[in-house]
Amino acid sequence: MQSLNTYRAGPDERGHFGIFGGRYVAETLMPLILEVEKAYGAAKADPAFQAEFRSLLAQYVGRPNPLYFARRLTEAFGGAKVFLKREDLNHTGAHKINNCIGQILLARRMGKQRIIAETGAGQHGVATATVCALFGMRCVIYMGATDIERQMPNVYRMKLLGAEVKPVTSGAATLKDAMNDALRDWVSNVTDTYYLIGTVAGPHPYPAMVRDFQSVIGEEVRDQIMAQEGRLPDSLVACIGGGSNAMGLFHPFLDDKSVRIIGVEAAGHGLDKLHAASLTGGKPGVLHGNRTYLLQDADGQIAEAHSISAGLDYPGIGPEHSWLHETGRVEYVSVTDDEAVVAFQQCTRLEGIIPALESSHAIAHAAKLTPGLPKDHLMVVNLSGRGDKDVSTIAKALGDEHLGGLV
Amino acid sequence: MSRIAKRFAKLKAENRAALVTFITAGDPDRATSQALLDGMPAAGADIIELGMPFTDPMADGPVIELAAGRALKAGGSLRQTLEMVTAFRKTDAETPVILMGYYNPVYAWGPEKFAKDAAQAGVDGLIIVDLPPEEADELVPFLRAAGIDFIVLTTPTSDDARLPVVLANASGFVYYVSIAGITGTASAAQAAIDEAVARIRRHTGLPVCVGFGIKAPAQAAEIARVADGAVVGSAIVSVLADNIGKSGAVSAPLALVKDLAAGVRGARK
Ligand SMILES: Cc1ncc(COP(=O)(O)O)c(C=O)c1O
Repeated sequence: MQSLNTYRAGPDERGHFGIFGGRYVAETLMPLILEVEKAYGAAKADPAFQAEFRSLLAQYVGRPNPLYFARRLTEAFGGAKVFLKREDLNHTGAHKINNCIGQILLARRMGKQRIIAETGAGQHGVATATVCALFGMRCVIYMGATDIERQMPNVYRMKLLGAEVKPVTSGAATLKDAMNDALRDWVSNVTDTYYLIGTVAGPHPYPAMVRDFQSVIGEEVRDQIMAQEGRLPDSLVACIGGGSNAMGLFHPFLDDKSVRIIGVEAAGHGLDKLHAASLTGGKPGVLHGNRTYLLQDADGQIAEAHSISAGLDYPGIGPEHSWLHETGRVEYVSVTDDEAVVAFQQCTRLEGIIPALESSHAIAHAAKLTPGLPKDHLMVVNLSGRGDKDVSTIAKALGDEHLGGLV
Repeated sequence: MSRIAKRFAKLKAENRAALVTFITAGDPDRATSQALLDGMPAAGADIIELGMPFTDPMADGPVIELAAGRALKAGGSLRQTLEMVTAFRKTDAETPVILMGYYNPVYAWGPEKFAKDAAQAGVDGLIIVDLPPEEADELVPFLRAAGIDFIVLTTPTSDDARLPVVLANASGFVYYVSIAGITGTASAAQAAIDEAVARIRRHTGLPVCVGFGIKAPAQAAEIARVADGAVVGSAIVSVLADNIGKSGAVSAPLALVKDLAAGVRGARK
């Protein structure tokens, strides 16, 4: 495949990354989308906006978070030096808050009063409810009924923070269905409402905007690894639901040809069974405002995804990832539910860090990749969030006896 | 002249508006849906919109979302939708049929091939809810080449700056979505509709049909006084849903169509 001079120039002015991306929304929403695009363009160029964003990331989120050398995981995996980017240490426990800070500032600039969002694992919902509390805005979160059940602690957190959590029962009652209902809400409340999308998907400008806000992850990693190791990393690994934690880590390194970049999708029960690996098992299609790889049948009907991890349980992926996949700049692989559960336990027992089930997919792939690599290979794994929210899912997966009859 | 243009010319001569009816293809099964479709013209539908079922109908309320779910569960597909139009054309050569739905099934079929196959089946127009003018280039030229009208949606959020952009692709007629919202929920105030229709007419000479939130014959009549057509969907689909598995599955929705048609036909008298 021919390599490009830069992989960081997209999207074009119409929001396209190659054939991917775009603005496939109902006409009712088009004027709003154009307004968001214009407002974000102005905010991006405004030093005062950037300063407020940076200041909240430092004072409120707690950035920069560490790039932690995971000595015992490194020993256990037996190859490359494994570093964990500690997004789990952010306020609210995941990378999602980075984007929420950026977008809430934008919503305020636009004079919006009411915030809506979709959530899968509940991390984006919690982060949205948090920034709404901080700025005194009304907050409505759409969450699939299946996800409400498996991420109950986050549902309570959102309610405590003052958000209204609306259960969604259509389809498989997971992230895709929550996004449908959030879009229905937005079409019905166009004047006062801002849709705070939680990943690098949706219509333009969301994929680019969320990427920009999340890029703080990769920018910090670059500074930190230079300070700690004196050189760039050799590889980056991150899990992918919609792809925001991955894009945030990857984007600042896309033009560093020496850096191998790997995105990890959820293989669920296995690629020949129910899974959520859109790039591996899907084909290009149009959903939720953009063209991207989607799990679908020959008729163009969207397939139900499956992952043990609610945050990865989505039949699509952000459009820029689809483009990076087709250009070959980023490798995309997948990890099953069972492999993720093993990695979850390894990280917990060896490092004393309970990772989110989403992030456990990235760790599982690091475990597969490192044995063949030289000892001085520097691998950065994005620990996108903490796993407190997942303990009941893990208890169910492992069974009673593993926890000494505690459940 | 296209079937749509012919139909509006005829209605103009009769000094009345069109009743445009919507059902989802294949809901609740192929046979019932075909019988409903075939019975529409006699019941008084002047133009028929046939919904292409899709798993994720983001602009629809529960009534039409459930209809799409029933159709898909019973084996509905884009292929079946075209087959239904082909069968309908054996009974009716004049009533315009518009397919309405979301882009992904059409994209999966292939836009160029779909335009040809739809024309072959006897489709006259296409409404794609999630294909705004910004992305429409990838479909509209193929529709035009195949002689299919691209029916655009204008909404309460389409202001005077936006309208020309939306109308640039329009042919056949213009569909005014009278509320900012999803199908089958709220209804707009008549005064707001009057104002919007007048505004759209300042930008285009195409017929203007109004839909979303029209449930009863009296409401359809109100619309028919100012617009060139009144579109009714959820109300018809609701009656169908209430009668699934009963003897009225075809007759009850058609009875509503008859009442609506009487309302529309009496509007300007
Ligand atoms: C901890 C964590 N990691 C990853 C994800 C997946 O989202 P994305 O791919 O946008 O980073 C989620 C989503 O809920 C999450 O909570």
